Amino acid sequence: METAVEVKNLDLAYNNFIVMRGLNFKVKKGEIFIIMGGSGCGKSTLLKTMIGLNPPQEGEILYNGLNFWDIDEQERQVIMRRFGVLYQGGALWSSLTLSENVALPLQLYSNLSVSQIQDVVLLKLGLVGLEDYADFYPAELSGGMKKRAGLARALALDPEFIFFDEPSAGLDPLSAKMLDDLILDLRDNLGATIVVVTHELASIFAIGDNAILLDADTKGAIAQGRPEDLLANSKDPRLISFLTRGEKQGAGR
Amino acid sequence: MPLEKITFDYSKPKTIQLMITGDWQLSAGLPPVNEVLAQLEAHSDIEQIGFVASGDFKWDSAFISFLFKLRAISGQKKIQFGTQGLPAQVEKLLKLIPAQTKKIIPDKITEESFLDKVGGRVISLKDAVLSILDFLGDTFLAFKRFAGGKAFFRKDDFFIIVQKCGADALGLVSLITLLVGVILAFIGAIQLKMFGAQIYIADIVGIAMVRVMGAIMTAVLVSGRTGASFAAELGIMQVNEEIDALKTLGVSPVEFLVMPRVLALVIMMPLLTLYADLMGIIGGFTVSVTVLGLNPVEYFNHTLTAVKLSNLWLGLIHSFVFGVIIAISGCYRGMECERSSVGVGEATTSAVVTSITAIVIATAIITFVCQVIGV
Repeated sequence: METAVEVKNLDLAYNNFIVMRGLNFKVKKGEIFIIMGGSGCGKSTLLKTMIGLNPPQEGEILYNGLNFWDIDEQERQVIMRRFGVLYQGGALWSSLTLSENVALPLQLYSNLSVSQIQDVVLLKLGLVGLEDYADFYPAELSGGMKKRAGLARALALDPEFIFFDEPSAGLDPLSAKMLDDLILDLRDNLGATIVVVTHELASIFAIGDNAILLDADTKGAIAQGRPEDLLANSKDPRLISFLTRGEKQGAGR
Repeated sequence: MPLEKITFDYSKPKTIQLMITGDWQLSAGLPPVNEVLAQLEAHSDIEQIGFVASGDFKWDSAFISFLFKLRAISGQKKIQFGTQGLPAQVEKLLKLIPAQTKKIIPDKITEESFLDKVGGRVISLKDAVLSILDFLGDTFLAFKRFAGGKAFFRKDDFFIIVQKCGADALGLVSLITLLVGVILAFIGAIQLKMFGAQIYIADIVGIAMVRVMGAIMTAVLVSGRTGASFAAELGIMQVNEEIDALKTLGVSPVEFLVMPRVLALVIMMPLLTLYADLMGIIGGFTVSVTVLGLNPVEYFNHTLTAVKLSNLWLGLIHSFVFGVIIAISGCYRGMECERSSVGVGEATTSAVVTSITAIVIATAIITFVCQVIGV
């Protein structure tokens, strides 16, 4: 499969502290790539660098071969228009209704009429099961509904790359499963390349085609591969401990 | 206290047994280890510490804390520490706490020597100045795009902001500026009564309110009300990643969020100031006519004669400048807010302090310039 995203020798910092050094990995087109690791290991910082919010200290991120951080702002914006991002809390604009939230990207980057935009908005909200809540404000929704609405907004422009920041965090098991199924549908039906930051084991094994494990102590990636293969073949106690919630070797103190 | 509930047994060779009974809970205070330490120093041949818990022994984390300290002391003195005589739960809890802790030093990009700290402060100051200039530049560019009809923002949001910072503030502005007019009239009356020139209260109140007091009082109120609200709104949007979501969508947050707020306040401040001027004059008029017994027609005519158009323009210039200061301070602090509840509080406070300080400085500058050019 063709490489969609390539990360080369990436160094990341957060508030003047180095969090990651010399990171290298590739994401293939149309796969679900999981960035996993314990809390505070730099997963979200990496995601923010990948989506254009935080510049890296060093290194490169290439989207379809184009160096994302070595081009001017205008060109980067063009690449970013192909992104859909679901933030941890949904990040819906609180002064806008759900339909207005989803409509905003369409108003900006499409030539659709108002009624056509409304049709697309209802379609996207329907995709996440929220078509009946179009006129609700984010404050009137539950956490799970906010995330689904955030996903509808992320999908508004049929993005080529979809990024998820801790999609299952704070959700009940059924909502988390529903979101996982939705991510699989997006890969299968839209052909999108999906990057998911998570430490939820159930999601990692349910949706991950490929994964990388970040480690706070070594400030780098300590494993990369398909989650099932990593668990079956790896001898690294940190990886096995992570993937078995500390129940197998390397666990405990 | 628990100390009375330890007894020491030396019946086994080179071993001290701590016989524990009684209340070893947090409610009784944290038990000290001094007594045990004194025993260990008095018996230098001790190679092992043991425990026997019996009777009405009650414990919680206070006892664990005591054991934790004692284990550390035993380690230093190379004395074996045996917890077999204690309840199983105590042993398990103690095992959870590592015997040796290592302090993790963050891997900072820069070393923190004295010169680095001084340099760091200078760089921080430079960064802060650049950040403000950057923000001002972005705001200017957003207005340029707005003038060219290219700015992207929601018109509905703009009108809601206009309503919030304009019409919704009328009650507060009315009350405060009416009272300022009343205060000015009373203060003027005390001095002018001595010369029998109380009618000049109309001049004092009219000129003071229209020239600067109306604008300043309105600015202080709007700063605490609207400036703080701008900082809090944008700060919370920063915390909730709403601003990140705009950026990844390629929408300029300055254009979408800051520009409508600045525009709304710059439009509403002069209008609020005109209203404040009127309320202040009404306050002074009411006191002068009802309490000080001045003729209402004479007061009205004196006000009309005293207040020149130049005073009105000056008041409006003040209000325009104050509007820009309050809106920029509030929005800048909100956009630069740290992603925490403390950060939002700090941004809000900082917005008000910054704008009021800047308002006083701007007033001083405008007054000085007016003095020089003779307005």
